[in-house]
Amino acid sequence: MIPATFDYVRAGSVDEAVDALKQHGDEAKLLAGGHSLLPLMKLRFAAPEVLIDLGRVEQLRGVCDLGDGRLAIGSMTRHIDVMDDPLVREHCGVLADVTAKVGDPQVRHRGTIGGALAHGDAASDLPAVLAALEGTLVAQGPNGTREIAASDFFVDYLTTSLEDDELVTEVRVPKIVGPWGWHYEKFTRVAQAWAIVGVLAMVKRSNGSIEEARVGLTNMATVPVRASGVEQALAGHSPDAIADAAANAADGTNPSSDLSASAEYREHLARVLTRRALEAAAR
Amino acid sequence: MTAVDTPPSANVGTTKLRKEDAHLVTGRTQWTDNLQLTGMLHVAVVRSPMAHARVTKVDVSGALEQPGVVAAFSGADLADHWAGGLPCAWPVTEDMQSPTHLPIATDEVRHVGDVVAVVVANSRYGAADATEFVDVEYEPLPAVVDMEAALADGSPLADTQLDTNRSFTWQKIDGDVDAAFDSAPHVVERRFINQRLIPTAIEPRAVVCAPPREHREYTMWSATQVPHILRLMLALTCGVPEHELRVIAPDVGGGFGSKLNVYAEEAICLVLAKRLGKPIKWTESRSEGYQATIHGRDQIQDVSLAFNEDHTIRGMKVELHADMGAYLQLVTPGIPILGAFMYNSIYKMDALSFTCHGVLTNKTPTDAYRGAGRPEATYAIERLMDEAANELGVEPFELRERNWIKHEEFPYTTIAGIEYDSGNYEAATAKAKELFDYDGLRAEQQRRRDDGDPVQLGIGISTFTEMCGLAPSRVLGSLSYGAGGWEHASVRMLPSGKVEVITGTSPHGQGHVTSWSQIAADALGIPFEDIEVRHGDTAVAHKGMDTYGSRSLVVGGYAVQVACDKVVAKAKRVAAHLLEAAEDDVEFDAGTFQVKGSPDANTTMQDVALAIFAAHDYPEDMEPSLDSDATVDPENFSYPHGTHLCATEVDTETGAVTIRSYVAVDDVGTVINPQIVEGQVHGGLAQGIAQALFEEAVYDAEGQLKTGSLLDYYVPGAPDLPHFTTDRTETPATTNPLGVKGVGEAGTIASTPAVINAVVDALRPMGVNDVLMPASPQNVWNAIQAASSASTTAASAADGGAA
Ligand SMILES: Cc1cc2nc3c(=O)[nH]c(=O)nc-3n(C[C@H](O)[C@H](O)[C@H](O)COP(=O)(O)OP(=O)(O)OC[C@H]3O[C@@H](n4cnc5c(N)ncnc54)[C@H](O)[C@@H]3O)c2cc1C
Repeated sequence: MIPATFDYVRAGSVDEAVDALKQHGDEAKLLAGGHSLLPLMKLRFAAPEVLIDLGRVEQLRGVCDLGDGRLAIGSMTRHIDVMDDPLVREHCGVLADVTAKVGDPQVRHRGTIGGALAHGDAASDLPAVLAALEGTLVAQGPNGTREIAASDFFVDYLTTSLEDDELVTEVRVPKIVGPWGWHYEKFTRVAQAWAIVGVLAMVKRSNGSIEEARVGLTNMATVPVRASGVEQALAGHSPDAIADAAANAADGTNPSSDLSASAEYREHLARVLTRRALEAAAR
Repeated sequence: MTAVDTPPSANVGTTKLRKEDAHLVTGRTQWTDNLQLTGMLHVAVVRSPMAHARVTKVDVSGALEQPGVVAAFSGADLADHWAGGLPCAWPVTEDMQSPTHLPIATDEVRHVGDVVAVVVANSRYGAADATEFVDVEYEPLPAVVDMEAALADGSPLADTQLDTNRSFTWQKIDGDVDAAFDSAPHVVERRFINQRLIPTAIEPRAVVCAPPREHREYTMWSATQVPHILRLMLALTCGVPEHELRVIAPDVGGGFGSKLNVYAEEAICLVLAKRLGKPIKWTESRSEGYQATIHGRDQIQDVSLAFNEDHTIRGMKVELHADMGAYLQLVTPGIPILGAFMYNSIYKMDALSFTCHGVLTNKTPTDAYRGAGRPEATYAIERLMDEAANELGVEPFELRERNWIKHEEFPYTTIAGIEYDSGNYEAATAKAKELFDYDGLRAEQQRRRDDGDPVQLGIGISTFTEMCGLAPSRVLGSLSYGAGGWEHASVRMLPSGKVEVITGTSPHGQGHVTSWSQIAADALGIPFEDIEVRHGDTAVAHKGMDTYGSRSLVVGGYAVQVACDKVVAKAKRVAAHLLEAAEDDVEFDAGTFQVKGSPDANTTMQDVALAIFAAHDYPEDMEPSLDSDATVDPENFSYPHGTHLCATEVDTETGAVTIRSYVAVDDVGTVINPQIVEGQVHGGLAQGIAQALFEEAVYDAEGQLKTGSLLDYYVPGAPDLPHFTTDRTETPATTNPLGVKGVGEAGTIASTPAVINAVVDALRPMGVNDVLMPASPQNVWNAIQAASSASTTAASAADGGAA
């Protein structure tokens, strides 16, 4: 309940944050909304010696149109500001809709998109969206910036491909163009909780059939998973194929067993929820 | 309607906004943890990470070197300070086995969270940091986790100082049970599991203890439900004379039984204040509390009912395994025993056998949790009645009605030997069915079944009763409880006509200040606003039995009424004297003393109070005081009852359960404040539904608590609960002058079986006859899987037979 002692550094800019990371190395942790980091610290599962607070780095907040068919969202943009952002709502409604299902109002007013992704939690809702959208993250470190595809970013449970001295500055998502529908099925024990399993389905329809489908799964492995078997089985088919296709939703997943759900039950849920999410998205 | 408009005699029965709320909702609350005393030190507790181990070394020297650390002690260091172990006040049998429970363990730890050392520092953080430098060596011992295995021959022992894990076996047999079962045409038998729960009051426990200053006494503030009991028990445990200890329960944020105890940390703070001569504070964190504060329920219930051909009940058998945990806390063994009177519930029968095995394990002790023994009993009987209805092929209401006590049969002595004074199950049931649209929902259920809807509808019934108003002292004595069940109140009439009511109850959210003001206002004819209610400080309310077991209104409110009546009787004599009338000619109504037939000859309670203060002119044979004391011992328990109906939608594909509607019609006797009653019902329902659908304390095979924080222990929030439709019937209790029955636990007791009956009812066509609590999606899905594989096996066996 009481975290171990730590030093506190407030970064005024991205460069200052990078300098601080360089100086303190793996003894330091970046502090965004603190909603994932502080619970770990108070249980002393994490005991960083230095916290580098990004809270005052204004340049990391907000959404802009990159002009190349993509939006860029500053890593320190809070969930509530992502959800309510006019550009996000107009061009990437799926991100707004899923973000609205993260936690409760308090969580959404503190938690940030960058923190949620950098934490690399399998039960977090946003990684699956980023995977389905095939978005990217921009990381900045002492050697400059690089852009990392979502599929390369999530490595393992609470592990990403970010280096110790890098921070996420931006999340980039494509603008959604054309007749796409989407639906996120979040299955929880109580209303305001993490997903036992989450399924994001995105469906592009043309002439009554499914031109393209994307399915992102939350909490079905240590990293977000695309149900590629389902996606392939649907491409070019009528929505009538959804039920059969969804039966493959758990293929290639590796869910954990815990107090809320066994792995077997999670696989079952993934199939049922994938069918439901696809049916809703195709409607 | 403003309060001022209410005539002083019409407070009882009306909703008065709670006097307590303004300061509670504006953050001016005096929680124990808010207290800051000059020179105060903070304690952090080093706890066992193991369920069972021998402690081979405790070295606190490393902690002493940490910044800000003032002292650190092992169990051995403080062993001489305890006059005895922490108390269990309820030795249910003469040979009950009870592990010695020192506030700080010396050589054996018996559950995760057991105390092994304490560190005292000048800040809370400093103390917490320094605990990491206390060096403790443990030699692991096998952990006893499973109750039934614990009783098997050759089981490891939960306490190596004892030679058994059986703390006690307690039995009560009424009627001829063998005769009831032997030739019974129908017997329905089930095993139910009442899972372990963690109370989770919103305010964690906290203690502050200050050493003597101007008085010779220690002052302890504790987030407790029981300041009076705590004072006595701590005096005995720590060897501090009772008159040198003052205990204050300031604002207390909920308890549900978890603060009805005498805890190690309370004894530790007292002893540290004594030893160090400084004020000492300890506040638990949530995850610490989950290990160190009592748990609830945890019973295996083997129950059976024998029926006649006409579906009347012949008898019932109950065999319980009740998990005591590692130690017997204040009333641990008594909790399952309370059920002995409740398994027969509202039903008539000729025989009842009740056997309870209290089992010691290496888990956090269990003790009273909202309902304490009665929810378990109610769950078993109400589940069993639904199972019986299904097996006998009758409507569940029909079976209940066939067997329940008819309203004209009260007072009724039950098979368990207690007398239900009043009740009307027919009226509550009729009202509930109507509010619920019972017939409409049954029709919808049939439609969904016919359509094979993946979301099935289930209807659950709970026609419950319970026993409240703990308790007639002689009955407690006959059950070997260590104290009585009386309650005390006093009334002080102030010269200006204002009133102080002092109560021995200790509210922690229930609104006694408001309700007691309403009772006193009507009894004395004094405006509601002119009454202050004082409680929860042994120096102010010197006598009391505190708050638990839905007793406060039934016993404590009764005492307030009696104390007020005594004031009125004295004041009437004074009034008669002042009005120069015979006492018999003076009538008292709504605060005015009136001489019969002389409209101008009258005076008020306030005027009499002033006159007696001046004491210039009062009856010769009286003391110049209107003040009064009353200690009442109830003649009987009270028996609230009601009918609760729950409709659930069960998603048969995922196992998810949603409560579609919930109707609670409660009969709690006369109502003092309808809004407070409704609040108690709402909260009670939330907690009962929580047991049915969400909460479970899980231990692994090594005795580690897997649900160690609110992240894994699912306490439902408002979005998880349905709209509650609540209503009442009012059948006054006949055994107290207020006609009240108690409402603190009713919702919790009634709702758990209503919900589970509804879940099972939804799935009955799939062959499901039980779902483990909590009926989480996983547990519901498991039940569906098990039923479908059972029917596949049965089907293939049938095929095999045909071939
Ligand atoms: C009660 C509760 C319920 C929740 N429910 C949900 C839920 O239902 N769904 C869900 O998806 N999430 C949920 N969350 C998590 C929430 O969304 C968190 O806010 C989020 O996971 C982390 O974001 P943060 O800004 O708080 O990050 P922090 O906790 O500050 O940081 C998390 C980690 O990311 C690192 N980090 C932060 N920012 C950066 C950066 N720019 N670059 C590199 N590393 C960085 C930190 O060093 C740390 O290791 C819940 C949290 C709580 C407390």
